[in-house]
Amino acid sequence: MKPLIEVKNLVTRFDLKAGLFGRVYGRVHAVENVSFDIYPGETLALVGESGCGKSTIARSIMHLDKTSSGSIKFNGKETLGVSSRNLRTFQRNVQMVFQDPFSSLNPRMTVGKAIADPMIVNKIIPKDAIPQRVQELLERVDMEKDHMNRYPHAFSGGQRQRICIARVLGLDPKLIIADEAVASLDVTIQAKVINLLMDLQAELGISLLFISHDVAVVERIAHRVAVMYLGEIVEIGDRQSIFRNPRHSYTKKLFGSVPVPDPRLRKKDSMLIADEIPSAMRAPNFIPIQLPMQQVSDTHFVREETPV
Amino acid sequence: MDKNKIVEVENLHVSFSLSDNVTVDAVKGVSFHIDQGETLALVGESGSGKSVTAMTIMRLPEHDGARINEGAIHLRLRSGEIVDIVKLPISRMNDIRGADVSIVFQDPMASLNPVFTVGHQIAEAIIIHQGKSPKQAEEIAFNTLQLVRVPDAERRMKQYPHQLSGGMRQRVVIAMALSCRPVLLIADEPSTALDVTIQAQILNLIRALQKEIVMSVLFITHDMGVVAEIADRVCVMQKGRFVETGSVYDIFENPQHPYTRALISAVPKLGSMTDKDKPEKFPILEFEED
Repeated sequence: MKPLIEVKNLVTRFDLKAGLFGRVYGRVHAVENVSFDIYPGETLALVGESGCGKSTIARSIMHLDKTSSGSIKFNGKETLGVSSRNLRTFQRNVQMVFQDPFSSLNPRMTVGKAIADPMIVNKIIPKDAIPQRVQELLERVDMEKDHMNRYPHAFSGGQRQRICIARVLGLDPKLIIADEAVASLDVTIQAKVINLLMDLQAELGISLLFISHDVAVVERIAHRVAVMYLGEIVEIGDRQSIFRNPRHSYTKKLFGSVPVPDPRLRKKDSMLIADEIPSAMRAPNFIPIQLPMQQVSDTHFVREETPV
Repeated sequence: MDKNKIVEVENLHVSFSLSDNVTVDAVKGVSFHIDQGETLALVGESGSGKSVTAMTIMRLPEHDGARINEGAIHLRLRSGEIVDIVKLPISRMNDIRGADVSIVFQDPMASLNPVFTVGHQIAEAIIIHQGKSPKQAEEIAFNTLQLVRVPDAERRMKQYPHQLSGGMRQRVVIAMALSCRPVLLIADEPSTALDVTIQAQILNLIRALQKEIVMSVLFITHDMGVVAEIADRVCVMQKGRFVETGSVYDIFENPQHPYTRALISAVPKLGSMTDKDKPEKFPILEFEED
């Protein structure tokens, strides 16, 4: 099977400018030489803490952030540096669901219009078939068809996220990028939205790039997991290998910090350290050194670490 | 009031009036107590009334137009005096807030003033409540920053909130809250906005501090994982009422109410999937929506 999307040596850096002439005084190394593939029907989860670059990867794939170098291939075809006219199919096939459903729906557009709009713009189906399709999509995400005449403010966070998913489904995407799509929802709602995503994947064979800071959620939904730290993937592999046998010290620390919903497993040795997540901001002349990845098994790779 | 109890809430009713004829009952007859040195977790989903319940102990919701319709909140002050918070005049509350009862909110920037240094802000509460001179207050502030394990406290004292990371800011807010050694700390989702590794540090810190300076904690959270890490006893709240109260072990091992069961089953448990080949959907337990 050929990968749906191939990301190779992706680098995204942001210049920090100051003064009248925009002198570059620093650079944020948000994504540093990141490579991964996603296969059809597969969920790859990107986990890491704030500022590790996981969202920048999503935005780079969507061409929302300008990449510094690297390659992003979709169905074997390069997408970086291609004119926007030739990107139409790619952009229809790769869709994003954001964290905050309150800011990703236009408050003055009915839900029906919000779902119909992308289908009209992309000329997916004849115009007169659209109302029917909108109703189907709403029902597919477990909402009522007469919801299409209401406005976003009438819905709860979980329902709005369902509307966002319906809107994306209208375009028959091959890949959905879910950037912390369930992070702001209550747990019982979160569980239902994740189940919906998994159902849709099983039914339609959609690939998912699931970006999350919540390791325990990732363990449920992912086929493969990539752990990110300071712009790099430090460990990548199939879910079972990563969770059973985490190798990188950061992966271990991350997993060890997750609260366990079982009071008998409460950690006794509480370390009162106060370290912080380091910044990815560097001087303009900084040249990053990247240690190579080591193969643990056929499906599990871990980045080498500098001995302390 | 029983000698071990720090606070005892009886049949509390709080409502908000939205317009002339519409009132929302946010808290509908809630009773609980917290013992000395105990951590009670109030857990529920958004809109369950957990924050209103906790903030009523400081009489804060009234500033947003809330009314305490019924009930009593007995609090044992540091001086040993027992007061009914509900009956106190608001002027008296100013002596109690930040001194006998403190609160830490989810967003540290909501509690920090961006134009004053960290040291100044911690010292302020000490000057007001304890009548210390600015110099003495600064020294106490410095000690409190060390208490909450802020590395390089001397430098941090002179820094402004924007120069600190989210985790450090939350430590500063905790230092502010603890500077007058309250008998009760209300922690309203204090670790929710933080990254997991930082959250773990803050939870450990609160646990350690509770032992060092004997204090009770009312911990508000929606995260059952955090509840399991920190609570002695748990009250599960839904739609303004307690649906279940019990020790943390009872709640997790033998939940009685359907809502508690639904809440626990929706929480992903790290390590529960290691022997599964494929991703698996969450078990969804239905509960009555009231």
